[in-house]
Amino acid sequence: MELNAKVPAGPLADKWERHQFDLKLVNPANKRKFTVIVVGSGLAGASAAASMSELGYNVKCFCFQDSPRRAHSIAAQGGINAAKNYQNDGDSVWRLFYDTIKGGDFRAREANVYRLAEISVRIIDQCVAQGVPFAREYGGFLANRSFGGAQVSRTFYARGQTGQQLLLGAYQALEKEVQRGGVVMNSRSEMLDIVTVDGRARGIVVRDLVTGQVESHAADAVVLATGGYGNVFYLSTNARGCNVTASWRAHRRGALFANPCFTQIHPTCIPVSGDYQSKLTLMSESLRNDGRVWVPVKAGDRRPPGDIPEAERDYYLERKYPSFGNLAPRDIASRAAKEVCDEGRGVGPGGRGVYLDFAASIQRLGEAKIAERYGNLFDMYRRITDENPYQVPMRIYPAVHYTMGGLWVDYNLMSTLPGLHVIGEANFSDHGANRLGASALMQGLADGYFVIPLTIGDYLATAKLPPVGTDHPEFRRVEAEVSGRIARLLGAKGRRSADSFHRELGKLMWEKCGMARSAAGLTEALARIPALREEFWSDVHVPGSGTALNQSLEHAGRVADFMELGELMCRDALEREESCGGHFRVEHQTEDGEARRDDTRFCYAAAWEWAGEGAPQGLTREPLQFDNVTLSARSYK
Amino acid sequence: MHRLAAFWESSVGKKAVMAVTGIVGVLFVIGHMVGNLQVFQGAERLNAYGHLLHGPLNELIWGARVVLLVAVVLHMVAAWQLTMRSRAARPVPYAVRTPQVSTLASRTLRWGGVLLLAFLVYHLLDLTIGAVNPAFEEGNVYGNLLGSLQRPLIAVFYIVAMGALALHLYHGAWSSLRTLGVAPESPSPLKRRVAVAIAVIVAVGFAVVPVAVILGIVR
Amino acid sequence: MSHDDTMQITVRVWRQPGPAAGGALVSYDVPGVSPEMSFLEMLDVLNERLTERGELPIAFDHDCREGICGMCGLMINGVAHGPEKATTTCQLHMRSFRNGDVITVEPWRATAFPVLADLVVDRRALDRIIASGGFISAPTGGAPDGNAIPVPKPAADQAMDAAACIGCGACVAACPNGSASLFTAAKISHLGLLPQGQAERFRRALSMVQQMDLEHFGSCTLYGECQEACPKEISIDTITRMNGDFLRAAAQPPVREAATGSI
Repeated sequence: MELNAKVPAGPLADKWERHQFDLKLVNPANKRKFTVIVVGSGLAGASAAASMSELGYNVKCFCFQDSPRRAHSIAAQGGINAAKNYQNDGDSVWRLFYDTIKGGDFRAREANVYRLAEISVRIIDQCVAQGVPFAREYGGFLANRSFGGAQVSRTFYARGQTGQQLLLGAYQALEKEVQRGGVVMNSRSEMLDIVTVDGRARGIVVRDLVTGQVESHAADAVVLATGGYGNVFYLSTNARGCNVTASWRAHRRGALFANPCFTQIHPTCIPVSGDYQSKLTLMSESLRNDGRVWVPVKAGDRRPPGDIPEAERDYYLERKYPSFGNLAPRDIASRAAKEVCDEGRGVGPGGRGVYLDFAASIQRLGEAKIAERYGNLFDMYRRITDENPYQVPMRIYPAVHYTMGGLWVDYNLMSTLPGLHVIGEANFSDHGANRLGASALMQGLADGYFVIPLTIGDYLATAKLPPVGTDHPEFRRVEAEVSGRIARLLGAKGRRSADSFHRELGKLMWEKCGMARSAAGLTEALARIPALREEFWSDVHVPGSGTALNQSLEHAGRVADFMELGELMCRDALEREESCGGHFRVEHQTEDGEARRDDTRFCYAAAWEWAGEGAPQGLTREPLQFDNVTLSARSYK
Repeated sequence: MHRLAAFWESSVGKKAVMAVTGIVGVLFVIGHMVGNLQVFQGAERLNAYGHLLHGPLNELIWGARVVLLVAVVLHMVAAWQLTMRSRAARPVPYAVRTPQVSTLASRTLRWGGVLLLAFLVYHLLDLTIGAVNPAFEEGNVYGNLLGSLQRPLIAVFYIVAMGALALHLYHGAWSSLRTLGVAPESPSPLKRRVAVAIAVIVAVGFAVVPVAVILGIVR
Repeated sequence: MSHDDTMQITVRVWRQPGPAAGGALVSYDVPGVSPEMSFLEMLDVLNERLTERGELPIAFDHDCREGICGMCGLMINGVAHGPEKATTTCQLHMRSFRNGDVITVEPWRATAFPVLADLVVDRRALDRIIASGGFISAPTGGAPDGNAIPVPKPAADQAMDAAACIGCGACVAACPNGSASLFTAAKISHLGLLPQGQAERFRRALSMVQQMDLEHFGSCTLYGECQEACPKEISIDTITRMNGDFLRAAAQPPVREAATGSI
């Protein structure tokens, strides 16, 4: 397949401006003749649905939760970047662009990232107007904080709940349009397939999660805003419901999946405490400003931390990265933690944890100062672990946090399946191989408020879209397929729960396709996953029926798709024989264990095409061209 | 008129009506209580007060009676309707329910109100109309009072009713200002010093009279 | 610091197959409960065992499991979100209970929150309250610079306190009247405290209160239970503010709404 990214010609800074003029418009009176489906109601989905409805399109929005306000964007803590330069510290659109493309280890598309930086300033304005209670200085002006990967202060925040407040802003805009009649909201509805007619995406098939009814919805275009796939690892910082099903079903219908192996592991999460564990909780990275990371020197040292003398402690980040020390970047810190645990020096139950020790800082600054800086985080830690971090060191361990990969999209955010647009974390476009902090919220809202409302118009104005209703035979066919799949899950009547398969898959993915990946490990995973998938379909036990609320059935369907995605992730990771960003291949490291990127062979986005059940996906490469930045290596020594 | 109906129809509007009528009631009971305390200054003083109210101030008293009647009726009707709404808002009760911070006063507000209504009716029959007071004599406020309260059961009933009144005021005097949106913000909004003072002063101020009669201090 | 001993817990859970079906409390013994487990993980473990035994697992809502999405919410021993203050059900841990405890688990109970199955209720009434006016009409694209309107820090902070609401419905569940006053008031306060929210302030209060009534929530007696149950500790001061805005709105002469057409 030939990939056309449709990046506009001209100088980088003029591309979007020019492109907005070149996009075909839909006459205001004609907009109401078009229906757009938006799947997902997070930052990207809610903002897109609200904005398109404001323009006059008929929007149908879907989410699997009970309310659009539950989407996992709500859990983002830190903030949202914008090149406002309110601090007069030398920030600019160009600097935000450069930081983001470098942070992504030069594996993102220049034009998309530049547009993101350009739009960032309008997002803040829009959110302020909606009443998002951003932090303010005493003069009443907006406050900023610093964040990783940048030397300027450009992050806007609302306490530790920035994602929540931005999402509520978008959600309120969405509800405003629901009231006006522009948006029909369908909650507790899970998209289970996409319907194409004459090669174009013309609707979706959903399951009403309350009644179990399989229903079709027709439209002129479909927008997926369904988030990331971090839950393929079972344990992640994602919400339990986050899944890949919508993206995966679109992939199976012809949308290429790009860079699936690019996943972000966050170094400071609360470690796993037992087999029953369902979720990992993120602790803000800022803790590493005052905490020292260490493990015992001796493997298997089970003494309480207080009994281990200084001489028998290994402050390994300070030892290995003397200039950055405990503030080494996310991917580096995560891998280092994994290494010491692999050596048997991990602490806590299961030996999967390292200490984050505040004793020195408390001695130096006093407990009150530390409480002032991190009080809420210490409380959260105490609530979850029942340990007092003022007295004993915190235990932390890396956890899957974000997925940079996703469905391939062109500059207009349209996938390779005409009419199917993909926005937010669900697409692959802006973060390359690693995402900087405070950039996910920026991308979701840029796509939803400012990009898709324009580019969808171009598609609708130029595509030939004969009227198609849900009585079209294609809808009948896909509905039957969806029902068949549900029946197959319910009919397997095996011995194991879907959850147990999910755990097994997650463990395998974490071990073989997690923080450090090797050809041998990935090859092994590629052999084991198909077998596991086969076992799943023959031995899964899904209780209950398909005609009522059935959470086991919902979960089983998602696990089935994770099984297929997991395999593709391993294939992508195996194929990419370099280390970049969150993707670390142990074969490709420098002598001192740092990532070694290979720009001559791998400076491309890997887009995979579904080739049918069981057949390996075909790879298409979109070469990444860097006309405006120089590719350089990262070092944190 | 439509706006007034909409106001009455809304839960916040009805609550505001209850708050305003409640405040009318609070002001009345404070005045009534202060008037009552003249019993300790002797029969002449109290009877003179009675004559003042029913003589020169007669029109004023009738005006006040109308206001009070309207207030009591509105208060009762609104309370009844809101209670019915709240019942309808949770038709299936919890099997286990553990109140956390709600006070006895708030949870007994409705039945306490019913008790106060019963008391009010009796009290009017007893000391205003005299139908249930064997010693009743028009104009002899002091004598009527003594005649009624020297019966221990009646005195106890009066004292119990004043307990109910205290609880009602403890919650009502506090919540009415919040219902009207005029209470100042507070770091601990459930604290209520002024309401405690009003409830205690009014209830004690009323209850000392039957207590004094029983103890023979007032004869 | 660590608990090696596990507990034996008995849960009495409301089981109801569907919206129209009847329900009842059913007891389950859950041995081997680790104090480190979250309450929902204890239910996960029970559900795995029920699935293995061929019984239907218990349906309950949950998603983020870090106390921010507002999806979870159970009445635990008669207390919304259970015994810990300022804690959602997903952040409640089994160490808050003792070996041998019998824990009664019920769904939120309100006419406006019909039970869909077991412990799952339909809370869309809260969305409809927001839709009736819980927003600032700021169409995408027309906003002035973010610093064009300074917002005094105290107002921003207070607005943020109210905006912290996660829409879980614990206030309704805990209220003896089944009132949604705290939820509604939190949004009215959040937007009404900000300069951006002034244009629609009074209209917002009128329509949101009206919608709250239409959804069959009860009225407010200021019991204070909502504030106590709120995992984000939103103050009933917001209710005072809502009442004030509503009464001021009601006292204003009616505004003739210009005919609005869609663009």
